[in-house]
Amino acid sequence: MAGHDDHGHDHDTHDDGHDHIPSEVVLRVKALESLLIEKGLVDPAALDALIDTYENRIGPRNGAAVVARAWTDPAYRERLLADGSAAIAEFGYTGRQGEDMVVVENSATVHNLVVCTLCSCYPWPVLGLPPAWYKSQAYRSRAVIDPRGVLADFGLVLDDDVEIRVWDSTAELRYLVLPERPAGSEHLDEAALAALVGRDAMIGVAKVSLPGAGA
Amino acid sequence: MTDPNFRAAAEAVLPGDEAGPVFREPWQAQAFAMAVALSAAGHFSWADWAATLSRKLAGQTAEADADGGGYYRAWLAALEELTDGRGLTSPDERSSRQESWAEAYRTTPHGSPVNLPSD
Repeated sequence: MAGHDDHGHDHDTHDDGHDHIPSEVVLRVKALESLLIEKGLVDPAALDALIDTYENRIGPRNGAAVVARAWTDPAYRERLLADGSAAIAEFGYTGRQGEDMVVVENSATVHNLVVCTLCSCYPWPVLGLPPAWYKSQAYRSRAVIDPRGVLADFGLVLDDDVEIRVWDSTAELRYLVLPERPAGSEHLDEAALAALVGRDAMIGVAKVSLPGAGA
Repeated sequence: MTDPNFRAAAEAVLPGDEAGPVFREPWQAQAFAMAVALSAAGHFSWADWAATLSRKLAGQTAEADADGGGYYRAWLAALEELTDGRGLTSPDERSSRQESWAEAYRTTPHGSPVNLPSD
C-alpha cells in the first residue's frame, strides 16, 4: 500500500486468539448493550452521543500533564520512554487491570498513530473515554491499511518522507503518543504547555500547535 | 430525546465533582448511558430507577467498593434487574450473550476486530 510503512506495527506474537478477555463486568455491559441495540431498544448513536458528552470528564488532562512534563524535564522524558507505566504512575495514573503503557515519540521524521484493531482498547487512565470514531470499524480497519489517508481525513497531511508507525493496542499493552513540542513554545511553562495538548495529538491523529499559529 | 429530568437526577447522584460526573472506566459511562437512554424511551421512571439502584447499593459490602467501582457495579446490577423485570431481556439471554462475547474474544485472531458470530 503506497505510503504505508509498518515498521512499528506491533502485531501480537500469539496467533490463536486472545489470552486476555475483558473483565466480567465489561462483558456484562457488552452483553446488555448488544442485546438492547439488537432489539432496537436503544439507539447506538444516542449512546455514543451521551458518552461523548462525558469523554473529556476524565483523562485527557492526565495525558496532557504527562506530555508537558516530558517536554520540560529531560530526565522525566527519558524515564517515560524507557518505562511508560512507571513514569505515568509517578502522577498516580494507573490502570486497574495492570495493562502496560508504552509511550512512542514523534519527531520531524517519525509520526506515530495508535489504534485498536480488535475492539477499542484505549489508555483511559491518561486519555479518558475513547471518542466514538476510535471505536468505529472504519478507523479500526483503515488505520493499519492506509494510515496516511486516515491522517489526511483528520486534516493532518504529512510529508512523504515522514515515516508513519501504527501501534495496535491490546488488552495488555496501551500506547500513548508523545507529540512534538510546537515551535515557538519555548517561553511557556509546564502548565501552559499542558493546556495545549489535546487528546487527538496523544492518539496521533493531530499535532500540537500554538493558538493562532495555524494548523 | 433524552429525558432531562432523569438525566439531571442521575447526574446529581453520580460520583463526580462540581463540573459533573466522573467515570473511572469506559464501561461505567456505557452503563450510565444505557440507563439514561432506556428511561428516555419510557422503559422506566426515575422513581423506579432510584428505588432499584438504592436497593443494590444497600446490599453492597464495603469491600465491593474497595476499588471505587462499586457504585457502578450496583448501577449495572440495577439496570439488569430492571431490563429483566420489564421483559426487555432475560437472565438466560444475558448470560448466554456474555459467554458469546467471551468466546469471540478468545477466538478472534489479533489484528481482527472482535465481532459476534451470527447465530
